[in-house]
Amino acid sequence: MNLRKYLKVYKKFLHTSLASELEYKTNILVDLITAILSLVGSIFLLSIFFQNSGYIGGWKFEQALIIQAIYTILNGITNTWFNPNLTEIVKHIREGTLDFVLLKPIDSQFFISLKKINPSGFLEIMLGFLLLFFCIRINEINLNLIFLTLSLITISCSICILYSLWFFISTTTIWFVKTWNAIEVLRSFLYIGRFPLSSFSFSLRIFFSVFIPIAFITTIPSEVFLGLSVFWKILLEIIVAIIFLINSRKFWLFALKFYSSASS
Amino acid sequence: MISKLINRKILTLLKVQYSNMLEYRVEIALWAISGIIPFFMLNIWTNNNLNESINISDTLLSRYFLCAFFVRQFSVVWVVFSFEEDSLMGKVSPYLIQPLNPFFRYFAQHLAEQITRFPFALIIAFFFFIFNPESIWIPNLGILLLSIVSTFLSFLIQFLIQSIVACLCFWTEKASSIERLLFIPTLFLSGLLAPVVSFPAYVKSWIYLTPFPYLIDFPANLLSGNETNISGGLIMQILWIFILFPLFKKIWSEGTKKYTAMGS
Repeated sequence: MNLRKYLKVYKKFLHTSLASELEYKTNILVDLITAILSLVGSIFLLSIFFQNSGYIGGWKFEQALIIQAIYTILNGITNTWFNPNLTEIVKHIREGTLDFVLLKPIDSQFFISLKKINPSGFLEIMLGFLLLFFCIRINEINLNLIFLTLSLITISCSICILYSLWFFISTTTIWFVKTWNAIEVLRSFLYIGRFPLSSFSFSLRIFFSVFIPIAFITTIPSEVFLGLSVFWKILLEIIVAIIFLINSRKFWLFALKFYSSASS
Repeated sequence: MISKLINRKILTLLKVQYSNMLEYRVEIALWAISGIIPFFMLNIWTNNNLNESINISDTLLSRYFLCAFFVRQFSVVWVVFSFEEDSLMGKVSPYLIQPLNPFFRYFAQHLAEQITRFPFALIIAFFFFIFNPESIWIPNLGILLLSIVSTFLSFLIQFLIQSIVACLCFWTEKASSIERLLFIPTLFLSGLLAPVVSFPAYVKSWIYLTPFPYLIDFPANLLSGNETNISGGLIMQILWIFILFPLFKKIWSEGTKKYTAMGS
């Protein structure tokens, strides 16, 4: 694996997809408004929950806002990288153009998961960071090196888990061809990530940490921000992230054996 | 004579679309599953005893969210996405030649999909009752009929709104991003995530003038036996249809004049 070659190729990917996306400038504006409204909407929903109760699952409103911020950042990342590329994978498989990808002297997983980029997701990421900084101020979190490294580690683990989940589902396209609706299921489950895990009943909590580790994605990083996290949880998240990444890779290689091209 | 012709057209369209939809059973099942967000919300509400503050008992609230799930299942609209694809691919051109507004085709598609979806929604409801046996109830026939009517009206309102957005495809290539923008207020204000009764007073003062609470909150309240103004709700639904329909006709006739038959 030649790292420099991949970096160079990625630069080209960035250039081409940015150029094509910037053709739709008003679209980016509409997407920005959508991101803002969706954040306002979820804060509104959260405020309804906190209307007559000071704590939800042991979280104060200010603390729950951190989860919203992290969710917004991760959602922005999903919209920037995972979602546009998934659309491409489905197209590749349906039209049989995956052949061309497989023939290229480059790793196919790298190619299909990073080819496209949707710049409007950046705005959502920035929006999330703004809210996060605001939360750091209102929760009076003092920033130090250990805290920063831990939050960086947990958030990158969350990104890895999220990526693997998306990639798992996109890979199933090889068998099912149309996976839009599986994505909708994933999206609706991910929606849970907007709320602290402890606000759900015990059975759902188990479900969302064992079967679909959505719990790990937003709750653990937020706990790190609040200094509530225990060491074993962080360690567990790292392990889960590694398992997911390795398995998404294995699953892709396994699925490729069943790829039979299309209409040729 | 004319009515017979229309009848035949509609029946044929429905039959064709129904057999078409039956091919995608798995997808529709997945789609039905992706609508279970109301159940997660219910879990947050009851698990944190938030419903005490709005004076709705656990049972009534769980019925409300189940009904919200049902209403959502039978009022999902995606015409803008179909129309956008068809218009980008140039498929709209042959439809325009036919002596039938292409939106009838989409309309039949939606109805056929709802029929296909019905058994899956029932299965999900069945599981819901297994977990919440105390919330089982049988609405009386009159209420049931009224709520079917109001769900259908809610579907019509959403179909009209989306068709208007879809017509924007004649001017811009990506009308679906506008739909995504409009979906945000629909999601948060329609009562899918929290009943409108629980909204703070500053929202409640104007929300009943918008179409949103009549999309899910009103039919769901009606069906679940929660307090609601039946005649007022139905009148507002019909009123919105009367406002939206001429708008759609206008934008359709303007749009078809602008049509440039892309992709052909």
